Amino acid sequence: MDEPIRVLIAKPGLDGHDRGAKVVAAALRDAGMEVIYGGLHQTPEAIVEMAVQEDVEVVGLSVLSGAHMHLFPRVVELLAAAGAGHVLVSGGGIIPAEDIAELQRLGTGRLFGPGSTLRELVDYIREEVGRRRTAARSA
Amino acid sequence: MTTSSTAPASLFDRWREAYARAGEREAAFETVSSAPVKALATQADVSGTDWERDIGLPGQFPYTRGPYASMYRGKLWTMRQFAGFGSARDTNERYKYLLEHGQDGLSVAFDLPTLMGYDGDHPRAAGEVGRCGVAVSSLRDMETLFDGIALKDITTSMTINSPAAIIWAMYLVTAQKQGARLGSLGGTTQNDILKEYIAQKEYIFPPQASMRLVVDTMEFAARQVPRWHAVSVSGYHIREAGSTAVQELAFTLADGFAYVEAALQRGLKVDEFAPRLSFFFNSHVDFFEEIAKFRAARRIYARRMRERYGAQDPRSLQLRFHTQTAGCSLTAQQPLNNIVRTTWQALAGVLGGTQSLHTNSMDETLALPTELAVKVALRTQQLLAYESGVANSIDPLAGSWFVEDLTNQMEARANEIFARIDELGGVVPALEQGWFQREIGKAAYKYQRELETGRQVIVGVNKFVETGGQDHKLEVLKISGQTEKDSVAALAALRRERSAAKASAALERIRVEAGASVNLMPAFMQGAEAYATLGEMVDVLRGVFGTWREPAVF
Repeated sequence: MDEPIRVLIAKPGLDGHDRGAKVVAAALRDAGMEVIYGGLHQTPEAIVEMAVQEDVEVVGLSVLSGAHMHLFPRVVELLAAAGAGHVLVSGGGIIPAEDIAELQRLGTGRLFGPGSTLRELVDYIREEVGRRRTAARSA
Repeated sequence: MTTSSTAPASLFDRWREAYARAGEREAAFETVSSAPVKALATQADVSGTDWERDIGLPGQFPYTRGPYASMYRGKLWTMRQFAGFGSARDTNERYKYLLEHGQDGLSVAFDLPTLMGYDGDHPRAAGEVGRCGVAVSSLRDMETLFDGIALKDITTSMTINSPAAIIWAMYLVTAQKQGARLGSLGGTTQNDILKEYIAQKEYIFPPQASMRLVVDTMEFAARQVPRWHAVSVSGYHIREAGSTAVQELAFTLADGFAYVEAALQRGLKVDEFAPRLSFFFNSHVDFFEEIAKFRAARRIYARRMRERYGAQDPRSLQLRFHTQTAGCSLTAQQPLNNIVRTTWQALAGVLGGTQSLHTNSMDETLALPTELAVKVALRTQQLLAYESGVANSIDPLAGSWFVEDLTNQMEARANEIFARIDELGGVVPALEQGWFQREIGKAAYKYQRELETGRQVIVGVNKFVETGGQDHKLEVLKISGQTEKDSVAALAALRRERSAAKASAALERIRVEAGASVNLMPAFMQGAEAYATLGEMVDVLRGVFGTWREPAVF
């Protein structure tokens, strides 16, 4: 991998449970990625604006409030509208399996639930960003 | 291996040699908080303990053995399951169900918009109404929530923080409209804003303004609603955010002392408000560490309240607490195992002398609990209370060399943390610098890495994992989007039907009094009565107090 992967970690919505978001931010940083921690209580609009300004390749969202079906698609949609449809939207939280399937159909990447390991997450982001970079180069 | 050094020489040495020869299995021998655990405790480990001074008897200073003389021989702990979801009407039905099944008190979970001071029809509430608690935007919702439940006959615990004063005002007005006197009402508002900045992160206003609201409620409770616990100082969320056991203990007590100091500064007398302070702790997986934490909490509190704040009323010295088993210890994998985890965590709470208990449902890592899962959780407490025999003798672990030694260690390590907080200038300056947040974040990250190396074990997650086969499938409770639509429509009707003049007069009074040195509770009650909404009242306060953003640390 040539350049470090730039990742924005943010918590959309009103939910304040930031343990997962912070642990993931620290793990990605320790894996050599450049992590921007967007903080709490962000609107999808603010998150997308930050993602574009910071020119990230990955947006990681953490939602434990049950509002995932509203928040994830909204970020995907706004990124596309801002011409940043190439950005990988991943994340995790308390999200039932059937909702994960639906969210992926709507354009998110893999979503990680309780019990996922940091290793899995880091490997996935490296692999997926690598794939997207290769695709962009050959395009 | 860590062992005691000064036990009777020959016997102890003989054991130590034999132990060394036998060898240890491959394990870290640490608590879930990464604290090393001795292979063996002996009398020598508690040689510095003065039994009367440090341990005493139940109901006697320093209350290590319990706040009351008779403990569970007099009255069992209160079984209080936290619940709330969807509309006020849905939750009202769940409450009636729980009361019919033998629960003693109600405990209200509010949805995120309510916790953050937004009405159900605010754009920031979109997608969140009724998701993880009940939506209460006005007095009308509060009246529906307790419809057919006589508030003078039950106690109610409300998990609400930033807008606690306003929600409490709505509750008080609801009770008055049922014909109850304020003096007859019992219950608790969590109202612990400090742990919001530190861990739970549902804050609205800057810390100083928030502290003023907390002291307003403490003062109003002391003078008008004397059976009400205005603040429940909460370690639960600090622990869930990833702290260690001793951090939970020390940060929580430090928060409690900060409220005491703020109330003293207001001019209240310590024995006027301290009898109604209560605490709320987590009961995590390490059985003895948790029991030691609860016992140490009572002792530290009693000592500081008497020595530093001059409290004399025994009730000001007795730390009383609610316990909830550890949500973060539950696993999505093999979820039936969660029933077992919750059982011994509940047992630790009971052996630690808790006054009330919430046992988590097995399915809470997946979604809000289903009725069946809630029932099993409540039955777990009933099994402990009526079958296990553990409630028959008071503080049965007292005098265990191991438990007393752990209790002493907890107190000593908490005192080190208090000294550090003092160096930082106190609780509010420390949280403004992001110190607590950073300490908790470090502990959470360390724990996660220890899980991944296998140093810490979670059955079903990093050991005894079931591959291939499907885990036990649970039904998941679904919240429909209908609640949000109903809430929007109901608010539109409310704004149409109420007297606009009364509502705006009440809001104007709040604006004026927020800027003055006046207790805001009467103004909030007037606002509630005039059906001013939560969001409208909080907006007025945002205008006067401003809002808070935390330093971004990870």
